[in-house]
Amino acid sequence: MLKSLTAIAIAAALVAGPALAADQAVKVGMITTLSGGGSGLGIDVRDGFLLAIKGNDKIEMVIEDDQRKPDVAVQIADKMIQSDKVDVLTGIIWSNLAMAVVPAVVNQGKFYLSPNAGPSALAGKGCHKNYFNVAWQNDNLHEAAGAYANGAGFKNSFILAPNYPAGKDALTGYKRFFKGEPAGEVYTKLGQTDYAAEIAQIRASGADSVFFFLPGGMGISFMKQWAQAGIDLPVVGPAFSFDQGILQAVGDAALGVKNTSQWSKDLDNAANVKFVADFQAEFGRLPSLYASQGYDTANLLISAMAKADVSDADAFRAALEAADFASTRGDFAFAKNHHPIQDIYVREVVKEGDVLTNKIVSLALEDHSDAYVADCSM
Amino acid sequence: MRPLAGPLFYFLPMSASLFIEQILNGLQFGVMLFLMSAGLTLVFGVMGLINLAHGSLYMIGAFAAAAVAGWTGSYWLGLMASLAAAAMVGALVEVTVIRRLYRRDHLDQVLATFALILLFSEGTRWLFGPFPLYLDVPDALSGTVSLPFGIAYSKYRLAIIAAGLLIAVGLFLLIAKTRLGVRIRAGESDREMIAALGVDISKLYTIVFALGAALAGLAGAMVGTIQSVEVGMGEPVLILAFVVTVIGGIGSIKGAFLGALLVGVTDTLGRFLLPVILKSVFEPSLATSVGSALASMLIYLLMAVVLIWRPSGLAGKAA
Repeated sequence: MLKSLTAIAIAAALVAGPALAADQAVKVGMITTLSGGGSGLGIDVRDGFLLAIKGNDKIEMVIEDDQRKPDVAVQIADKMIQSDKVDVLTGIIWSNLAMAVVPAVVNQGKFYLSPNAGPSALAGKGCHKNYFNVAWQNDNLHEAAGAYANGAGFKNSFILAPNYPAGKDALTGYKRFFKGEPAGEVYTKLGQTDYAAEIAQIRASGADSVFFFLPGGMGISFMKQWAQAGIDLPVVGPAFSFDQGILQAVGDAALGVKNTSQWSKDLDNAANVKFVADFQAEFGRLPSLYASQGYDTANLLISAMAKADVSDADAFRAALEAADFASTRGDFAFAKNHHPIQDIYVREVVKEGDVLTNKIVSLALEDHSDAYVADCSM
Repeated sequence: MRPLAGPLFYFLPMSASLFIEQILNGLQFGVMLFLMSAGLTLVFGVMGLINLAHGSLYMIGAFAAAAVAGWTGSYWLGLMASLAAAAMVGALVEVTVIRRLYRRDHLDQVLATFALILLFSEGTRWLFGPFPLYLDVPDALSGTVSLPFGIAYSKYRLAIIAAGLLIAVGLFLLIAKTRLGVRIRAGESDREMIAALGVDISKLYTIVFALGAALAGLAGAMVGTIQSVEVGMGEPVLILAFVVTVIGGIGSIKGAFLGALLVGVTDTLGRFLLPVILKSVFEPSLATSVGSALASMLIYLLMAVVLIWRPSGLAGKAA
């Protein structure tokens, strides 16, 4: 009697569990960069996301290319909300596009899950209950680089970044943790491809190390020219200039460079091992940190859908806040401003056979949040 | 940066080498701009065509070089391929699209060649994928060479300066001494007349366009070697090439050369000197941000000043 009752209870729980929550489909609008320069990042985020929801018929995707233009991104967001009736938006790579889209989206009661951009304005006073960042706050990897520089004994780094908000955040983030005195500080033009003038300045400055934040093609150009200049100084930077998508283009010039990242392909946890293997099997290339962020974003969404209906915004938000999913990064939690609390590692560029990739060498910051969380009044 | 109390100290022996190195960097940048703007100015001078897709030819050159160097392992074959691919694509585009635009006004030309940019960018992405390609300096030119004043300068950049100057000389000789050059000059001054004299004008146009394209492709390959070979790499350079063309005087090779060197050196020295000069006036963090903002405007200021002083450019014919 007792046995059969238990069996019935279990059966009921099994049937009722999913029936209670996950029977409602969620429509996701993904706005990301799929054409032109910088499309590699958007494509990786998209592919990582699609890999995680493969076979999941509860998630319906609408994917559009923002061409890296804020005005295009805003138009797409309006269209997705008004005519596609999406419940959740995601996908934006660049902070300037995120600033144009996110506030309007969350004020209309939609959820936004950021797989990449984490501008400081959305982490502090501008934080919002419907905005979740699954990647990092923009300053995080630079802060980790500063912390690493102290440990490596650097006293006067030469620091450079492009002259735009994320570039300024980068140098601020580095200096927030770096205990030495910068030997020089240079803001380059955004999109600049020739760094001869800056490299000559570094050579003349007497610096003992170089920190740079030059995402995408700018970083490739800088590293190649740096290698040709024959200056023997250690270089450190955030993972953006050394991720899987561009390492092959930088070539051997990148070997041995230390870079900071919240994710690496050799992180040893079950979720990551599965992710790396599945991604390679599906797309025939190694995943980048952007792909891992897309994958984590999708898994966060799936975990929330299992607990609550998206139409019940408060319950769905609480489910997102719980961050009850197996992240490729291992431990993952949200701070009260909905930005990650996570470990950030130092990686080194190595060669595996013919392929350049990264391996973890040390932990830079443990359970790191961000500098703006206190300003957020949630 | 600290030993330099003010701009005057730049000319002391201690930092003379840095200053000379920056002049070399400026020259190298200028020489590259010349290869880009030579084609642009020729095409405008001879055919009266504004070609926005010139930057795409630069990109095609770089991609061809990276692909061929990747397949064969030879950088020099890649360089040849960049010339050939850009010239071929240039000739093809001239025959199929550009030829229909000569009689239309400039706005139609801008629209059509802008469409070409989109076609070429997405076509390249479709062929080669969204990730940047690998192309590296050949062993013979990698590393640095010691120059007087204790300067260790990149061999490859020195080679670019030499190659650019050689091509400039070759182009002058071509225009001044050869039959093709006579026709090009004639085409610049009176299109209808040389057609009436029996010169096959459409063939001449195709040759000039392909020549300009080949120069852009070569520039793309040489620069792509030390930068990133990616979709959209041509457009920032295109804007600079237009600035050079306007400063030098539209249609003039000599003007393009002068303009290119002027823009190259001004831009490089501006980026390097402005923050330092401003540091003697403002506090360091303000000087850095104001200096870098000013430096990125500098060549446009230069263009404005040149145009006030000589409205048709340095070597342009008075309108």
